[in-house]
Amino acid sequence: MSGFDQALLDEADETVRVRLIVNGRKVACEVAPRETLVDCLRNQLELTGTHAGCEMGACGACLVQLDGRAVHSCLMFAVQADGAEINTIEGLTESGVMADLQAEFHRRNALQCGFCTPGMLINAQELLSQLAQPSREQIRDALSGNYCRCTGYEAIVDAIDAVAKARSGGGGAT
Amino acid sequence: MKARAFSYFRAATIDQALDAHARVGDDARYVAGGQSLVPALSLRLQAPRLLIDITHIDELRGVRREGGYLRIGALTRHCEMLSEPLIAEFAPLLHAAAPFVAHPAIRNRGTFGGSVALADPASEFPAMTLALDAEIEIVGTAGIRRVKADEFFLDLFETALQPGELITAVYVPLFRTGQRFAFDELARRRGDYALVGCGMLATCIGDHIKEIRISFFSVGNIPMRVKGAEAALIGSNLDAERIAAAQAALEGDLAPPESDEVPPAMRLHLARVLLGRLLGRLRDGA
Repeated sequence: MSGFDQALLDEADETVRVRLIVNGRKVACEVAPRETLVDCLRNQLELTGTHAGCEMGACGACLVQLDGRAVHSCLMFAVQADGAEINTIEGLTESGVMADLQAEFHRRNALQCGFCTPGMLINAQELLSQLAQPSREQIRDALSGNYCRCTGYEAIVDAIDAVAKARSGGGGAT
Repeated sequence: MKARAFSYFRAATIDQALDAHARVGDDARYVAGGQSLVPALSLRLQAPRLLIDITHIDELRGVRREGGYLRIGALTRHCEMLSEPLIAEFAPLLHAAAPFVAHPAIRNRGTFGGSVALADPASEFPAMTLALDAEIEIVGTAGIRRVKADEFFLDLFETALQPGELITAVYVPLFRTGQRFAFDELARRRGDYALVGCGMLATCIGDHIKEIRISFFSVGNIPMRVKGAEAALIGSNLDAERIAAAQAALEGDLAPPESDEVPPAMRLHLARVLLGRLLGRLRDGA
């Protein structure tokens, strides 16, 4: 009746096969259950655009899209993501969906050291998909889970604000 | 830091999850959203031998009307508190509290049942189950039972959940005509833990309060109703005098713990300020 196999307990260090769709491609990884999704993405799939920062869900550097929603890849184990569709900053860059955000971040020097940028972009993309014309206050509120160690928030808010206006004005909000 | 090695089991049904837990006992943990559990594992505050993933159990999903209640499945995510029309219509206090729960990406993964089960005294949703007079549906190997929120929170991170038991759903009485609600919290920065938070649900006859339930969080070891303040408001039309009486009653209702960051007197003061603001909003029909 149960699908639980007692022998599983003795295999905590063994790897498990996990299948994912990452940036549109089917991949399979062998992971230990304790391996977080961010470590799997970086170490096994060599997608190093996703950054491991605080590894506690506070800094937002590890954000990826999981089944279309922004999540902390440090706050889940790769085994939990088995069967999921994941987009990292590499895939989102390749597809061009956030090219305008990236250009605006560049133009306004909202990148600075760049460590927090992937998470900032993924968060900004999600914000603008839900709220076409956020106020600056709403932008700041949405960024409350993303830390920028260069304290570049003003330029980051400027960039997101500008893209929101451009997307709304152009009628091409995504 | 990284979590200590553990085994992982993805349960497809409640029975599978309970069975796996029963066979491993104290060394097993359920994981759903994991937004509090995973950091605890990474910091090795917890180091179970087995993680039982309940995220794929369909029986724990869904929001629907059932009798006079809204049944909110345990796996309902925090972000769904904002997007689900049934929540907005029949449990508007939860809808109002949701934007204050952590950050957007955490809300995309964290689950309502998980938040109630963890019973963090600084969390919004456990406290709101008290204000709403909700009932927690719990399943264990002995079957299903329902516990009133008033009897669910026992002490710091301690609830009526017995080892191996799972929350399946939370039943919230449907919001009715004539009811009013208010929610707010005081935090240093949006998304941070509140210094003090409060939610309330009142049943009114005209402008007079017939019943009111007021619940505070971040003021002690558990979310707390303030029965003295509630009593001071019954029959009132929320005039300044009765609001002041309710604020004064907080002194008897709350005993904030010693803390380096926020002294008890300051927390009590903030609670009075917040209560005054929320009762003002309730009076003005906000």
